[in-house]
Amino acid sequence: MSGQSDVRVQTEDFDAGAEMAAMRRGDPKIGAVAAFIGLVRDVNDGSAVRSMTLEHYPGMTERALEGIVTEAKGRFRIEHARVIHRVGELQPTDQIVLVITAGGHRGDAFAACEFIMDFLKTQAPLWKKEQTVDGTRWVEARGSDDQAAARWEPRQA
Amino acid sequence: MVVKLLYFASLREQVGSSGESLDLPLGVASVATLREHLIARGGVWQSALAGNRALRVAVNQDLAVATTAIKEGDEVAFFPPVTGG
Repeated sequence: MSGQSDVRVQTEDFDAGAEMAAMRRGDPKIGAVAAFIGLVRDVNDGSAVRSMTLEHYPGMTERALEGIVTEAKGRFRIEHARVIHRVGELQPTDQIVLVITAGGHRGDAFAACEFIMDFLKTQAPLWKKEQTVDGTRWVEARGSDDQAAARWEPRQA
Repeated sequence: MVVKLLYFASLREQVGSSGESLDLPLGVASVATLREHLIARGGVWQSALAGNRALRVAVNQDLAVATTAIKEGDEVAFFPPVTGG
């Protein structure tokens, strides 16, 4: 799948194994691949979640994710990174987001993967609305996500 | 000058609009003054955009701050803190 963008926002599901295989195919510099998958849980803040709808800002969401991937590639020694985020209606156990990073060694692959997720959660324009047994509600942003993103030192110019 | 405004997520529902084209009066040329201009509509606009509510603003699809300048033809988006991932 060479030539594919590092970032995709889509309604369709994704195949993490196929994406990882495609990312490192034919690249002997890759010694480590790290991945994170976010999933829809059936309970959030004490309410049973029936389904979830993800809204985005077409154009800016992709642009923001591309910026985060570019920043990760500048900070860490990784060769490849890919982010796939789903939008639309999702059910418990569905996959929401996939982040894959690949490089020579695990340290930078792990760190870059976590960095991308921390900034995705606080910077990329995506919003979750939950349909619960108690009604429909927008998910509130969490302070713990801001704290996670703030752990990363500003990069020296 | 005319700008394109976009509203997302809970804010979109509160103001009952996903966006509009708006001709701004003289003196409305920054994120902060545009927000004040919209709040001055009263009603749902006042409650949805009130200063004590944490909102994010993007100008031409880049995150902006209160002092970010707005010019003719800009796309300005207002939205709540993000919750993806």
